Amino acid sequence: MATATTYNKNEIWDLLSEVKDPEIPVLSIIDLGIAREVTVKDGKVIVRITPTYSGCPAMKAIEKDIEKTLKINGIQNFEVKKDFSETWTTDWMSDDAKKKLKDYGIAPPGKTEKDDDFLKTLKGSSRTISCPYCDSTNTELQSEFGSTACKSQYYCHDCDEPFEHFKCI
Amino acid sequence: MSTATKSKELTKQKALFEYLVRLADDRLILGHRLSEWCGHGPILEEDIALANIALDYIGHAANLYEYAVEIEGEGRHRDDLVYFRNDPEYKNLKLVELPKGDFGFTIARQFLFSSYSYYLYQLLSDIEDEQIRGMVEKHFKEVKYHLRHSREWILRLGDGTEESHSRIQDAFNDMWTYVGELFYQDEVDEFLQEKNLAADTASFKSDWKDLVTDTLEEATLDVPDWNQFMVEGSRQGLHTEHLGHLLAEMQHLRRSYPDADWE
Repeated sequence: MATATTYNKNEIWDLLSEVKDPEIPVLSIIDLGIAREVTVKDGKVIVRITPTYSGCPAMKAIEKDIEKTLKINGIQNFEVKKDFSETWTTDWMSDDAKKKLKDYGIAPPGKTEKDDDFLKTLKGSSRTISCPYCDSTNTELQSEFGSTACKSQYYCHDCDEPFEHFKCI
Repeated sequence: MSTATKSKELTKQKALFEYLVRLADDRLILGHRLSEWCGHGPILEEDIALANIALDYIGHAANLYEYAVEIEGEGRHRDDLVYFRNDPEYKNLKLVELPKGDFGFTIARQFLFSSYSYYLYQLLSDIEDEQIRGMVEKHFKEVKYHLRHSREWILRLGDGTEESHSRIQDAFNDMWTYVGELFYQDEVDEFLQEKNLAADTASFKSDWKDLVTDTLEEATLDVPDWNQFMVEGSRQGLHTEHLGHLLAEMQHLRRSYPDADWE
C-alpha cells in the first residue's frame, strides 16, 4: 500500500507540477510560484501555497486540485496551508513559464520595477509590451483589467489582434 | 460596576479582532456594491474592471475575516461573520454602503476610498504582525491599480462633457458628508497603535486631502467644503437605511439554507 513515507519531498514537488492553473492551463502551480514549499514531517505532507491575487477565484479550485493529486497518488495524510507571510510576485515565474505563456498567446510579465514615486505620477509601467503573436511593439493598453485578475488587455496595431498581458506585480 | 467595566476592557485579542473586522467590513460592503455593476457597466472594459476590483475587495475582506476568526479563537468560520451578523454588528463606514448610484458616483467613491487605502496600506505594511503585513503587501499592489483606474476616470469625467462634469461634481457633493469618518479613531485604534499593530490615519490625513484636492482641481471640479457637517457612528454600528437592504440581499440565501453546500 502506498503511504506518504514512500514519497520524498522532491517526488511530491514533481507531483505538484501536474497541478495546473485552471484559468491558464499551460502553467503549473510551480511555474507560477504558487506552491512555495513541501515538507514531510512524521509521515504528514504539508504543502504551503501563497495566493496570487487576493480575490483570485481559482485559489479554491487549485487547493482542491492539489488535494486530488495527492490522494490519487496514495497520499492521505496531508495539509494544504495558505500562507500570507510572503507576497506573491510575477518575479517568481520562471523563464520557461514565461515562454509557455507567450506560446499560449498571453504576453508574459517583465521584471517588476520599484515604484516609490507612484503617487507623483500615478502612472503604470511605461515599458512596451510586445505582441505575443507577431512580436510587434506597436501595441496599446486597452484596459488594466482583463478576463482574470492577473491580466490586462492590449491591442496590436500591426497584426490587428487584441491580446492579454499577464500583469507585472 | 467594576465588573461591567472589566468585561469591556480591551485586550490585544479583542482590539485586533475589532480592528480586522472594521477593515474587512469596509471592503466586503464596497466589494458587494461594486459587484452590482457586473453586467451593467457602461462599456465592456469597465464592466470587467469593476468586477475585477470587486473581486479584489471581497478577497481582501476574506483574508481579513479569516485572520479575525483565527485571533478570536472561538471556532467561527469567516462566513459566519459575513452571513450571520445584522446591520448594527457591521462596522463598515457609511460611505461604502451608499447605493452604487450612476457610474460617476461609483467612480468618485472608488477614488476617495482607494486613495485612502493607498496611504493606509503603506502604514499597515510596517506593523508588528507578520500575517497582516503579508496580506496588506498584496492588497497594496492591487490598490495601486484601483487608484490609477479611478483617478483617470475622475479626470476624464470632470474635464469631459457638461453632463459628465455635473454628474461627477454632484457625486462628490452628495457623498462629502460621509468622508469625515474615514479618519475616525477611537480606543481600539489607540490601544493597537501603542503596540504598533494599527495605522494612525491622522498621520496621512493632510497628504490624502492634498491628493484629493489636486486631482479634483486637475479635473476642473470644485472641492466641497472640508469643514461641512460630517456624519459619524459607523464604527459603533450606526448605518444608513441602505445597509439593511444590501445585507438582506447578500445574506438571504445563506440564512434560508444555512447548511447548504456547493459541493
